[in-house]
Amino acid sequence: MSQIPALIPTLLLLAALLSLLAGLKSQRAGYFLALMGAGASFLVSVLGLVEVVSSGQAIRYAMGGWIPPIGIEFVLDHLAAYMTTLITFIGVVVFIYAPRSLHFESPGKATFAYPSMALLIAGLAGMTLTGDVFNLYVFLEIAALAAYALLAIGERGGPFATLRYLLIGAAGGGFYLLGVGFLYFSAGTLNMADLSGLLPELMENRAVMTAAALMVVGLALKMALFPMHFWMPDVYHNAPTVAAGLIAPIMTKVSAYAIIRLFLDVFPPGFFTETLPITATIGWLSAAGILYGSILAIAQHDYRRMLAYSSVGQIAYVGLGIGLANPIGLIGGLLHIVNHALMKGLLFLIGGAVRLRTGVTRIPDMKGLGRSMPWTMYAFVIGILGMVGIPPTAGFFSKFYLLLGAVEAGAWIWFAVIIVSSLLSAVYFFRVTEMIFRDPGEDPAETSREEGGEKDETTPDQPQGDPPASMFIPIAILAAGVILVGVFNFVIISALLERVVAPLGG
Amino acid sequence: MTIEFFAGRYPYILIAVLMGIGLYGMTMKRNLLKKIIGMTIFQTSIYLFFIQGANKSGATIPVYLEELGTEPTQYMNPLPQVIVLTAIVVGVAITGVALALLLLTYKRYGSLDEEVILRRMRESG
Repeated sequence: MSQIPALIPTLLLLAALLSLLAGLKSQRAGYFLALMGAGASFLVSVLGLVEVVSSGQAIRYAMGGWIPPIGIEFVLDHLAAYMTTLITFIGVVVFIYAPRSLHFESPGKATFAYPSMALLIAGLAGMTLTGDVFNLYVFLEIAALAAYALLAIGERGGPFATLRYLLIGAAGGGFYLLGVGFLYFSAGTLNMADLSGLLPELMENRAVMTAAALMVVGLALKMALFPMHFWMPDVYHNAPTVAAGLIAPIMTKVSAYAIIRLFLDVFPPGFFTETLPITATIGWLSAAGILYGSILAIAQHDYRRMLAYSSVGQIAYVGLGIGLANPIGLIGGLLHIVNHALMKGLLFLIGGAVRLRTGVTRIPDMKGLGRSMPWTMYAFVIGILGMVGIPPTAGFFSKFYLLLGAVEAGAWIWFAVIIVSSLLSAVYFFRVTEMIFRDPGEDPAETSREEGGEKDETTPDQPQGDPPASMFIPIAILAAGVILVGVFNFVIISALLERVVAPLGG
Repeated sequence: MTIEFFAGRYPYILIAVLMGIGLYGMTMKRNLLKKIIGMTIFQTSIYLFFIQGANKSGATIPVYLEELGTEPTQYMNPLPQVIVLTAIVVGVAITGVALALLLLTYKRYGSLDEEVILRRMRESG
C-alpha cells in the first residue's frame, strides 16, 4: 500500500515511454499502452483514495529510500488523493475519446500525441503528490512541456499561440523557481513538512515574504488568474479538442491546487492572510476575473473562444475560494475544481464531437444540432445547467458553498459577483442552447436527418447523427459525473474536504 | 549608499540586472527569436542566483575528507548545485521546444515579427 504515491506518476511515465517506442511501430499498440498506463494509474489513485479515507492517514513514500527531509518525499493525503483521482479520471476519459478525435482533427500526429498526453497527466499527478517544493517545479515543467507539444499540433495558428503561451509559462516557472531559491536560502530545506515546521519562526523574514510572493505570482501565471489570463483564449482556440479537453479541465486547476497547498500546508497559518495579503489579493483579482471572463464570453462567436473566456471566469471561482480563506468558502473553491473539470471537459468534448460531425465551430452555425445530434445535445444541456449552477448539478453546490463562505466573511461584493456571474453565464450559454434547438430551416444536409439516435457505423466526414461510441461514451460519463458529483457532494465534503481545510480552524 | 554596500552585494545586483534584461526581452521585443533569447537570459539569472546563494569561500567539494572531518563550513552545499543542474536541463528542454515552435511559426507565416504574424493571421482568417 505504501507504494501508491510513487506508482501513480511512475506508471504514467513508463506508459509514455513505452507508448512512444511501440507507437513508432504500430500506432494502435502505442495507444493501447498509453491507455493502459492511464487506466492503471486511475485504479491506483482510487485505491489510494479509499486507503487514505478509511485510515484517515496520509501515505508517505520516500523516493529512492532517502529519508526525508534529505530525500524527496511523495505524500498522498486527503487533498492529494482528491486531486490525483480527478486528474487520472479526466485523463482516462479523454484517452477513450482521443483516437477518433485526433484522427479527424490532426491526422498523422496521434503517435506523438498519446505519449504527450500520458506525460501531461504524469506531470500533473506528480505536482499534486510531491512533498518537495523543488520537485513540484520539475513536475510543473514536465506537464508544461507536454502541454506545449499537444497544443502545437493544432490548427494553423497553433504553434504561434503555443509559443506565446510557452513564454508566459517559462516566466511563471521561473518566478516559482526563484521563490524556491529564496525559501531554501532562508529555511535551509525544500521538504514541505519540514518547511511548515521551520517557517513559523521566520514569519517576519523579508526573504521568506519575497519567496511566498514570487511563488504565488509564478503559479498565478500558470493558473491564468486574471489579469494573467491573456494567453488562454488564443491557445484554446487553436488547440486540438483532446489537448483543450485535457488542459482546460485540469492543468490550470493543478496550479490553483499548488497555491492552496502552499497556503494550507507549507506557510504558517495567518501568513497568507495577515502577514502578506496574498489571499485577499487573489480574491479581488478573481472577482474581477469572474466578471471579465463572463462578459467577454458573451461577446464570442467561436464556441472554443467562448469556453476559454468562460474558463477565465470559472478558474477564478477557485481563486475566490482561496480569497475567502474560511473553511466553507475554501470547500466551495475545492469542490469547484472537480465540478468545473467535469463540466468544462464535457463542453470541450462536445465541441469536438460537433466538429467531427458537422465541421462547425462557430456558434451561429450551430443551428439545428438539437435535431441532428440529440443525445450529444442533452449532455450539452446538462453541462450548461452545471455551468449556470442549477441544482442538482454539481455547479450549484460549489457556488452555494462559496456564497455561504462570502456571507461568513461578510464579503458582500464577492457575494454579488457570484450571483451576477451566474446570470451572465446563463446569458451566454442559453444563447448557444437557443441556437442549437432552433429549427435548422432550409439547410438540406440537416433536415434530411430525423432519426439521429444511432451512435456508430458512420464514416468520419458524414455530417450527421450523434458521434461514434468512442466519443459519445466519454461525453456520457462526464455528463453523468456532473449530476452524480452534485447529488453526492456532501460525501466528498465530509470524507475529504473537511479534513483538508482543517488548518483554517473550523 | 557606500562602496561597502555594493561590495557585499554586487553579485546579486548583477543578477537582478540580468533578470531585468531577460524580462524586458521577453515582454517588450517584437521579434519572437529575441523573446526566446530574453527567456534564456532570464532563466540563466535564476541559475546564477542559486549558485551565488550557495557560494562559500574556501570550501571544497562535498566529498568527505579525513583532514577536514565533518565540519560543514569546509564543504560546499551540493543541493543548490543539483537544483541548478536540474533547472538547466528543464531550461534546455523549454528552449528546444520554443525553437521548434518558432521554426513552425516561421514556415507558416514567413516572419518572426509578432505584429506581422498577427496581421497575416487576420488576413488568412
